[in-house]
Amino acid sequence: MFPLGIEPYLVGGVLIGLGVSLVYIFTGLHATQSSFFTTTLSWFSKFGKFQGEKELTERDWRLALALGVVSGAIIYTFTLSPTGIWITGVALWRLALGGLLVGFGTRLSNGCTSGHGISGLASLSRTSLYAVITFMAVGILTAHLLAFLGVV
Amino acid sequence: MNARNIVVYLGGILFGFGLAYSGMTKQEIVLSFLRLDDLGLIFVMGAAAAITFVAINIVPKFMKRPVLGGVFKPRVSELTKNTIIGAAIFGVGWGISGQCPGSAIASLGTGNWPVIIGIATIFIGAYLRGRFINN
Repeated sequence: MFPLGIEPYLVGGVLIGLGVSLVYIFTGLHATQSSFFTTTLSWFSKFGKFQGEKELTERDWRLALALGVVSGAIIYTFTLSPTGIWITGVALWRLALGGLLVGFGTRLSNGCTSGHGISGLASLSRTSLYAVITFMAVGILTAHLLAFLGVV
Repeated sequence: MNARNIVVYLGGILFGFGLAYSGMTKQEIVLSFLRLDDLGLIFVMGAAAAITFVAINIVPKFMKRPVLGGVFKPRVSELTKNTIIGAAIFGVGWGISGQCPGSAIASLGTGNWPVIIGIATIFIGAYLRGRFINN
């Protein structure tokens, strides 16, 4: 069940929670991730949907959040990481096709593993609970189906 | 940079460090969770949600408003068909690629360069959703 132990997962989760909490206690903002991909489009698309009040008022801090996430990962890679730089072996077509569905789905659902899974559940949101159950179940089914079909 | 964005940036650093520390920037680890070979991801989400629960539900009992102003408001939203359909589509993409939005962004910082392709298609997916689906 836990071939790598639980320590990295638990400590990592606590750090993520502290980051989200810091932002909330100081600003009242929910540091969630998937909205970044919509608000950032407001700099590139004049289409009305990307020029709404949410997109224009949130795009700067959501960019700051994403830059922070990249910075934190860089700091980890050059300090505590036992492996240093690490590159996935997952096939590029899977990253590409999966990403497309992740982008479309999370924005349609109005949340992802962080928006629904962390901030939503922490807010005791029933909507987020149903979303988490759905993406967990479908993700588990999909991964099993691919393994069953021998897809690599 | 105003004070708000600096705090958000610092929170992002903790978030990204935690994602990398927990192995979520390794798509193989996420996929091994979804194949139920390594259930560690539950602890990542659970621990993060538990800490955040305190910030959202307990801290506001002792503080009127956030340190830098604004309001405390839990993240609740209306349940619609799109919530569930979108979550299901996300689940398929998650199961195919082992990427989710936050871990994909953090992967850039661990030098996991192939995920740039995933970031690009996440943007395309977000664009298609905004461009062609109302509400």
